[in-house]
Formats: sequence, C-alpha cells, structure tokens
Amino acid sequence: MSEMIRELFSPELVFLRYALLIGLLASPVLGVVGTLVVTRRISSLAGASAHAALGGVGLALFLQRVCLLSWCTPTVGAVAGALLAALVVGIVSLTAKEREDTVIAVVWALGMSIGLLFLERTPGYVDWQGYLFGNILLLSENDIKMTLVLDAAVLLPLFLFYPSVLAMSFDSTFAELRGIKVPVIYLVLLALTACTIVLLLNVVGIILVIALLTLPAATAGCFTRHLWSMMALSTVLSWLFVTCGLLSSFYYRLPSGPAIVVLAGAVYLAALGFSKWKGKRR
Amino acid sequence: MTPVIEVGDLSFAYESGSPILENVDFTIEEGQSGCIVGPNGGGKSTLLKLLLGLLQPDAGRIRLFGAPPRDSRRLVGYMPQYHQLDAAFPVTALEVALMGCIKPGFFPFYSRRDKETALAALEELGIADLASRSFADLSGGQRQRVLIARALACHPRLLLLDEPTANIDPGAEEQFYATLAVLRKRMTVLTVSHDLGFVNRETDVIICVNRKVSVHRAENFTAETADAVYHHEMNFIKHDHACFCKCGGSCHE
Repeated sequence: MSEMIRELFSPELVFLRYALLIGLLASPVLGVVGTLVVTRRISSLAGASAHAALGGVGLALFLQRVCLLSWCTPTVGAVAGALLAALVVGIVSLTAKEREDTVIAVVWALGMSIGLLFLERTPGYVDWQGYLFGNILLLSENDIKMTLVLDAAVLLPLFLFYPSVLAMSFDSTFAELRGIKVPVIYLVLLALTACTIVLLLNVVGIILVIALLTLPAATAGCFTRHLWSMMALSTVLSWLFVTCGLLSSFYYRLPSGPAIVVLAGAVYLAALGFSKWKGKRR
Repeated sequence: MTPVIEVGDLSFAYESGSPILENVDFTIEEGQSGCIVGPNGGGKSTLLKLLLGLLQPDAGRIRLFGAPPRDSRRLVGYMPQYHQLDAAFPVTALEVALMGCIKPGFFPFYSRRDKETALAALEELGIADLASRSFADLSGGQRQRVLIARALACHPRLLLLDEPTANIDPGAEEQFYATLAVLRKRMTVLTVSHDLGFVNRETDVIICVNRKVSVHRAENFTAETADAVYHHEMNFIKHDHACFCKCGGSCHE
C-alpha cells in the first residue's frame, strides 16, 4: 500500500495524477449532466455529439498542420464539433419537423467520417485511437483548468434554476405552460452536455464517453427518489468508477477507458438486479 | 361577463394535411363545465392543444377570459395523461404538486406558502399521505390525482383534464367523479374523454368533436338520447359516427 502511494507521487506519473484529479473534479459535472441525460432520455443525442467531436478534431488538426493555424487545437475543434452537433439535433427535436432519431444517426456517422477523412489527410503522426478510446498521457494542466470552468458552468446555473430544471425534465409541456423558457434551458443543457463530453475525451475516449456519462446516473436512479439525490449519488459513483478504474488500469496495465467502463457497467447491472429483486419482495 | 372560452370560426390543419378542425364555434360561460368527446383522430387533442396555445390556429380566433391563450395561461390548470410522462422519473408526489406553483425567471425557488398550497391540493384530492412517496411507486389512479393536484396548485379558473378516466381502475374512477363534483362548483372544468358514460355525470355542456364541432346542453343530451347512447355504447366503440348522428349533432358528416 505504501509503495502504491509512493509510486503515485513519483515524478514520472504526473499524467496519472492529472487523470485522478480530473476524475475527482469532473464527477460533479458527470453526476449532474449524466442524470439529466438519463432522465431526459437524450443519451443517443449525446452519442451523436461525442462522435461529431471527432469531426471537429480532424478538421482542427488538418487546419493546424496544413494551413498552419496554430490556435486551431484539437480541443477547440472537438468543442466546436460537439456543440454544433448537439445544437443541430436539439433544434430539430424542438421543432420536430424531421424524424429525430434519423437526424441523430446522420450526425453521428457524418461527424465521425469527416473526422477520419481529415485525419487521414493530415501530415505527420496522429494518434486517432487515443481519441476513440482515450489516452490519459495526453492530459495536461489545461484540462484541469477546463474542468474547473465546466464545474462552475454546470453547478451555478443548476443551483439557480433547479426547480425549473426539475419541472422541465419531468414534464416539458407543463413547464412551458407555466412560463418556463423550455427551449432555452434545453439548449443550454445540450451545450453543457457537449462540453462535458469533450472534457472526458482524453480520459475515456469518444466511444466510451457515453457509458461514463450514463452508467453512474442510471445506477444512482435505482436507489433515489429525488432528482437532486440522484445527481449527488451519481457524482459519488462517477468519482469511484473513475478512480478505481484508473488505478486498476495502472496496476494491471489495462487501457484506462475500458477499465473504467467495465467497472461502471458491472456495478450498474448489479444495482439493477438488486433493485428488481427488492421490488419483487416488496 | 367575459366568457371563459370563446372560439370563433376556428380552422386548423397540420402541415400538408387535410383539415383536423373546420369552422369551430362555441362558447363556455363562467360557471359552466364541459366535456369534449369524439372519436379517436377526430381532433379532440388538437382542440386541447389549441386551447392551451401550444398550436396556433390557421384561421379564426380563440379567447380564454377575453385574451389569446398564450396570454391567459396563468389562469389555466392543465392535467396531461399520466402515461405520457416518464414513469421512472425520480420525483416525489409533493415535488410534482409543487410544480404548479413554479414561477418563471431568476431564482425560482418555492416559498413556504407554495408548499402549503401544494399540500392543500394533495389534501383536497385525498392523497396528502402520499406526499413523500415516489411518483414512480404510485398506481395509475394515484398518479392521475397527483397531476390534478399540480394543476390545482396553479390556482386555475379553468381546469383542462385530458382523458382523466383512461387507464384507471373503476374504484379510482368513482373517486374521481366525486372530486370533480366538488371542483366544478369553484371553477370551469373542461374534460377530454372518449368515455360517453362520463358525459352525463358532471358536465353542463357536451362538445362533440369530429372535424366539425357541435355543442349540446347536457340535460337535453340526457333526456333525448340517454337510451340511445347507452344502447349504442357498443356502437360507439365500433362506429363512432353512428353515435354522434343519434345525438343530433352536426358533427356527423
């Protein structure tokens, strides 16, 4: 144990400390946004947003290396791609002129394809697998600052507008009839979801980020009867999953993203089984 | 006195579709309660959405308390069908009822008075003991009552109930009629129903909707056609049109 702690503080392992710290700082965002994604049933929308982030990454890397636009970093591209996708799908679902699931599928596939095409034409080595499955070696101090900003951007509005958020999530028609600006809150939620996804790209990758966003919230949902308590429990679970997953990936030499998600998935299935069993006994 | 609902020459069609409602005219006066009946697909839900201001009419006008629906929403309490809502949502009965007191804008937290209002609404519906129970654990009839309590917490002058007797057990239905009898003394209650039995119990006017709309006084409806209606209840299920033509309405094509 003491050896493990000493190893954690060794200078070579700065990336692991970053990852653990980001896991701790990101869990409130994961808990809150994940709960809203699960209860509003927009996880496929979040998936489309995550995959569109790759389109942004590809375009940004291409512009950075070919057109020499130094400000055009992969993070900027990922935020732009994820935000654009989330807002496109969100506006479609609000106006409901098209089939929403079709639009989600198109944005999902198109975003990813555009990303891969640009990455193919970008000169130099590109670790595209890192974007798909996560690469904690890429984490930097910048990610920690971004996480803190996102914490504030999610928790402050939630605290100020909690009753409106609850009313909108439960019954958006009724909330609208009572004068709540449902489209505004909904689009803000989507934008925050997109930012959360981008933040977690380096930790778990595009393909697994949806699992990390939904599994802690879904697990918490088995045991809670308030939206706020679901958010709180989901925050604790997110932190546990990320921390235990990262440590086990480090000590057993496993990729971090899959280790975190398998752990979260196993706990979710156990919780689901337990709550069904308890429901039957009642 | 300004009528509660005033609909004049209203027409509505969904985009690139045939008209759902045509030349609809009717008025509900203060103190009257009504029941909207008609076959599925006849336009009941569309009329409800128009009254709530969720849809805009293609032609004609709707006035609630003398103002367009969007401007008089604060006077309207609305109860949707409970199965349109997520049954697994983590929320308690009291939290749902409190949503009726919600105020738009910055820092919309509930006051002690709001909590008293919500609890009183639950009390009135006889479910105050369920206040801290999870909405997901309640039966269909209990959820329906929580949603009515939420609508009452808005302090409405017009209560719109969408299919209140659908999917609830007969015992809960009896309770619901008793509640309705009390409520309609205080406010205008407009109910959407496909259940004709419902029509004769707690309503003054019957609004038959099948693309066209005709309005009948409930007592006439009962006196002239009660036999026909009950006799043809099976017909009502099988052939909606047959029933409406017997009720003497112009809703029949």
